[in-house]
This record gives sequence, C-alpha cells and structure tokens, in this order.
Amino acid sequence: MAKGLLGIEDLERAEIEAILARAKDFQPLQNRSNKRLDLLRGRMIVNLFFEASTRTRTSFEIAAKRLGADAVSITASGSSVAKGESLVDTLNTLAAMKPDAIVMRHAASGAPHFLSRHLPAPIVNAGDGTHEHPTQALLDALTILDHRQSLEGLRVAIIGDIVHSRVARSNIYLLSKFGAGIVLCGPASLLPPKMDRLAPGARITYDMREAIENADVIMMLRVQLERQNESPFPASEYYPFYGLQVEHLHLAKPDVLVMHPGPINRGREIASDVADSQRSVILNQVENGIAVRMAVLERIMN
Amino acid sequence: MAKLLLRNGRVVDPAAGHDAVADLLVEDGMIAGYGPHADVVGAEEFDAAGMVVAPGFIDMHVHLREPGFEHSETIESGSRAAAAGGFTSICCMPNTHPVNDSVTVTSYIVERARHNAVVNVYPIGAITRKSAGEELAAIGSMKRAGIVAISDDGRPVMNARVMRRAMEMARSFDLPVIDHCEDLHLSAGGDMHEGLTSLKLGLRGIPACSEDVMVARDILLAEVTGARFHAAHISSRHSIAMVKQAKALGLPVTAEVCPHHFALSDEDMPPYDSNFKMKPPLRDRSDTGAAVEGVLSGAIDAIATDHAPHPGSEKMQEFERCPFGILGLETAIALALETFVHTGRLPMSKLVEKFTTAPARILRLPRGTLAKGAPADITIFDLDRPWTYDVNRSFSKSRNSPFHGRTFRGGPVATIVNGRFAWRKDKEL
Repeated sequence: MAKGLLGIEDLERAEIEAILARAKDFQPLQNRSNKRLDLLRGRMIVNLFFEASTRTRTSFEIAAKRLGADAVSITASGSSVAKGESLVDTLNTLAAMKPDAIVMRHAASGAPHFLSRHLPAPIVNAGDGTHEHPTQALLDALTILDHRQSLEGLRVAIIGDIVHSRVARSNIYLLSKFGAGIVLCGPASLLPPKMDRLAPGARITYDMREAIENADVIMMLRVQLERQNESPFPASEYYPFYGLQVEHLHLAKPDVLVMHPGPINRGREIASDVADSQRSVILNQVENGIAVRMAVLERIMN
Repeated sequence: MAKLLLRNGRVVDPAAGHDAVADLLVEDGMIAGYGPHADVVGAEEFDAAGMVVAPGFIDMHVHLREPGFEHSETIESGSRAAAAGGFTSICCMPNTHPVNDSVTVTSYIVERARHNAVVNVYPIGAITRKSAGEELAAIGSMKRAGIVAISDDGRPVMNARVMRRAMEMARSFDLPVIDHCEDLHLSAGGDMHEGLTSLKLGLRGIPACSEDVMVARDILLAEVTGARFHAAHISSRHSIAMVKQAKALGLPVTAEVCPHHFALSDEDMPPYDSNFKMKPPLRDRSDTGAAVEGVLSGAIDAIATDHAPHPGSEKMQEFERCPFGILGLETAIALALETFVHTGRLPMSKLVEKFTTAPARILRLPRGTLAKGAPADITIFDLDRPWTYDVNRSFSKSRNSPFHGRTFRGGPVATIVNGRFAWRKDKEL
C-alpha cells in the first residue's frame, strides 16, 4: 500500500491476502481481557467523519486504541465543517496538526482521493459517497473466510440498491479478484446495465429468487428510498419483491451466510426473523470490523 | 496606417479555394490582397515561411464572465487568451451577472470590448429574461445593440412552447438560435457522462439521451418555425446523427463541436479531476469517434471552444460541488491539428473552414475570409513545432484546463486583428 487505502479496485490480490492474514492474527484479541497492543504507540490518527456513522467511526476508534495509537474523532456537525468551511481549508487545518493517518468518511464520491493529492498523511477511505468502502469489503471477506476455505468459486448474491452502494462496489472488486461468482440483484432503477462490467465474474438479474438460488452468501444492502430526492422505485413495492424473507433461504445452499453492512431496516430489506436466524452473520461482521481495521491501520502506518 | 506584409506563408483561404504559398499584404486594417510575389515598399514585414496564414479564427462560443464574475475572467483577459489561441473574433454567451437579456447589458459589453478587448467581441443575447426560461428577452432591440445570436446557454429553455416562440422571434430578426441541448430533468444531479466510468467512480451520470431529446425537439421546432437552429457543443453520437439527417432534409440546422469532445473521452479523466468536468460531459469512445466523423462529413459545421473559466477556489473542492466548464481558447488549434491534420483526416482548408467561414456564415459576420477589402483578421500558426501547454502561463484569469502539461505539435504563432498584431509568440515575455 503506497499511501493509505482509498479503495479495493486498485489493490493487488496479495495485498488483500496480507491484510486478511494480519486481521486473523488480531481476531483472538477481541476475547482477551487486555485487548491493547502497543504497535502504534504515540501515533496520532484523526477520524474525520463528514457523514454520520456511529458504527464505522466507533470501529475505527476502537481499532486505533487497541493498537495503542491516539485517536481523535471529528464529526461534521459541531465542527467548522458545519459552518461552511471548505474541504480544502479543513484539510489545511488538519495538515498543520500533523496526524500520522486520517480516516475519512464523506458523502461525496472521490473526496478522499481529492484530499490525498494534497496531503502527505495516508488516508483510509471509510466510505466515500457511492464509490467505495474498502474496509467493509475486507471485513466481509474475513467473515466469509471464517466459514469457508476460500472465496474462489463461491456464489455470492448482492441484493438491493446497487447503484448507490459503496459497499457493493468494494465487494464486487474484492470478490472478483478472488474468483467468486457474483450475482447482482435489484430493481433496474437501482441496478443499471453495465454494472456487471465493473469486474469480471459479475452478472445481473432482476429476479430475487434467481439471485439466491444455490447462493453461498447473500449480501443484503441497506435501502434508503425515502432519503432520495426522487423515488427510483416505489418504497411499497420494495420489500415484496426485493426484501429477504425466510422462504428465500430454502433456495440457497443449506449453509448460506446472510450478511448485511448495517444498520439494518427490519421489514424493509430483510425480515426480522432472517436477520436473527442461525444463517445470519451480521454481528460477526461487526466484530471482524475491528480486526480488519487494526490490520489496515497498522499496514498504512508502518 | 502602415502597411504589413506577411511573406512566404502558406495562405489558406477557404472562401477563395486558395491553399498555396503567397505574400499577403495588409493596408489600413484591410486585406489588400495576396499573390506569389508582392513588391511592396515601406511595409512592416513578417516572415511566415513554413507557417499557415489563414483568415482570423472565430470562436462562436466563449464565456467572458464580465459583467459579474470578473474574478474568473474579464473581457480583456478572455480576449488576450483568445488572441494567444489564434482567435480574432469571439462570441460571448449571455450568462453573466446580470444576464445579457437587455440593450443595457449588450451595450455595456460592446463598450467594454471596444476599450479593453484585443480581439473582436460579439455578444450573444439571452433567449428569455434572466435566462429563466419563461418570458422572452428583448431580442430585436438587442440585435440593434449588437448581438449576433440568441442562447440561454447553460440554462436551456425547457418549455418547448417558449422555445417555439423564441424561434419565431429569431426568425423575424434573422438571428440563429443557439441551444445548449440538455433536458434538465434527465440530467439532474449528474456530474459526468453516464456510463461505465461514472458507475465505477460512483458519480451520478448525465445520460447522452438528455442531450439527444433536446436536439430532436429543436430540430422539429426549427422545421415548424423556419428559424435557424444551431446546436451548441454537440457531444453524443445520436445528436450528431440527427443533425446530419436534418441537414439532409434541408432544414436550417447547424452544429458546433468542442475540441475536448473529439480529443478526450470519459475514460481519460484522472479520477475525480474537476478540470475534466464540463457540460456536456466527456462522453464515451464511440461518441468521440462520432464527433470526429461529424467534422469530416460536414454534419458538424464549426469548432468552438466553450471556453469557461472558473477560479481555482471553485475547482478545488469535492468533484460534485465543482462548477462545470474548462478553458479552451489557447489549446483549440493545437487539438484540432492533432486530431484532423497530423492524422491526414482532413485537408487544411477544410479544417480552417470550421474556424472561419462556417461560424461567419452561421452568425452572418463579415469576416472569416482573406478577400480583398475584408477586415484584416489573420491567424498565423505552424504545424510541427513541439510545445507544451502550461496553464499557469495562460492569459486567462483561471487555470481550469485538462490539457495542462500536454505536448502538442504546432499551434498559434501570431494573431492579427483589424490589421494589427493582437499577439505574437516571438514578442511574448
């Protein structure tokens, strides 16, 4: 990793393997009483969250602290960002504070790429607009690998608002690099043609049942139809046609893994009993987030 | 006034079908004539050997930002960039502040240009008041004050009925209607061409069909009204095909293309580099190919830059917040040479036409020719000299060019406006 982690698309497979291997080393730490290592003692990490996110921000904070680094979190509300300060000015201010790394979430695609061109500190993209969310794809891969030998040949269904999903993009890139078969599914207004050309191994279906058939993994995405200016799909039609329900699970492999990046909308994209079922690994994903982010932070700062 | 003799240049005058080495004499700001050997005494001489001597280039689509946005560009700075780019006449779009929708603003621009511009400046008036798309502007009066066309460039008239009325006005006053063809409902929120690249980058798309439906509408309205419709900065293959078809049907339709639309595609944009953000956006390779093909076939009449300066502070932010538009005046000739001449696709006189006789015909300007007695607007450029564009040395007040650092073969050498040098490379500081 030359400088930071902006996305999965440009990462080498070996690099991903190295991060996942290191994350595996960190996994047992979560169950120890003393969870703290001193690998990054004295280093300063700034978490810059221009978009609300409790879980990702907390996960990065915990990861930094477990590595012994000092973590400072800045959220948009209550900061000068909310007072209209431009991104460039915010970053100039930050640069003067000489952080060793910046973790950044922003509602605009490419915002961390823009900053990384102007800042010496490595930047970890904690989600940029509808572009990428690399640590989410890494923790998803780690979670799958907790239950499967390898990603190769797995059939992974990614279902929901694909076009607006940074989680989907990062997962498509990652799974493709490891030879998984990826089925993208959602209504056409949320899944434009050409989306399957993002990476080899991806294909498109608008039929939920076809997507789930024989799946090893089902990744559900959060729908936020109500937050979009215009509705690309009527909210009332969503759950009946693209919501994951118990009867769907019979179509998949018996040991299928149900995943979701959270926060989940019960009864909107996923049935409550599916989210809480034996097949759900949603909380494992959250737990693995810390190990993966420790591995990423350690790697970009050493 | 003194005489000026341009010696031994390759005089390319499409209006006269001339393309041969000749001496060209300028007298009292007018073309006195050209021929194999001029025997002139007492003239200032310029050695144009190895260079092309062409009628002054006309850019029918620029934004000079004055009045209202003088921090981005002024009539003076824009005209200097034009001269350095080989343009002797520029037509400025009305999206200033206030909008050029009245005699007052038109006269202001004409007056400012007379004092401060180093090239000819022709204002284009708004179609509707404040370019709000509702009430028609004072089109006839603005023509008397000096406008050469009408356009709500950047804020296209969405209501087809209003556009129809505008075309009827334009017909009455014999003005072309220049439309920035974009269905704002289809393009809403978009930041770049809708395609694989926008999907990859997670940027909202501007679909090609948002341009196509408006080109189709305007062609139909031109047929109904008999007005002259000129499609501005056309960028999509379907739009170009429709213009071609309209011409075949004998409709009064013309079109221009910008150099960036034949020189770059969406894949050429470094990720999230706002110097590659403009409207219409850089489209895909097949559209780029269609733009080249359109110039060759004549479907596209003219090459115009859509020179759109924005200061660094506005371009230095999140991609989606950056304004649309790039500089174009200083790189247009070199890009056109690169795409059309060095590749052998187009004879020189055909290329010169796209910058001279074509815009002059569309706008009814008494320029774009080296005929005896015409105003002595002359563009001199070379073909083989390698040079690198450094936007930090631009005459524009802004720096937003995707071509910074690009090396070209050949470009402007000197620009003569009404018989005087407006710019010459060898006298640059």
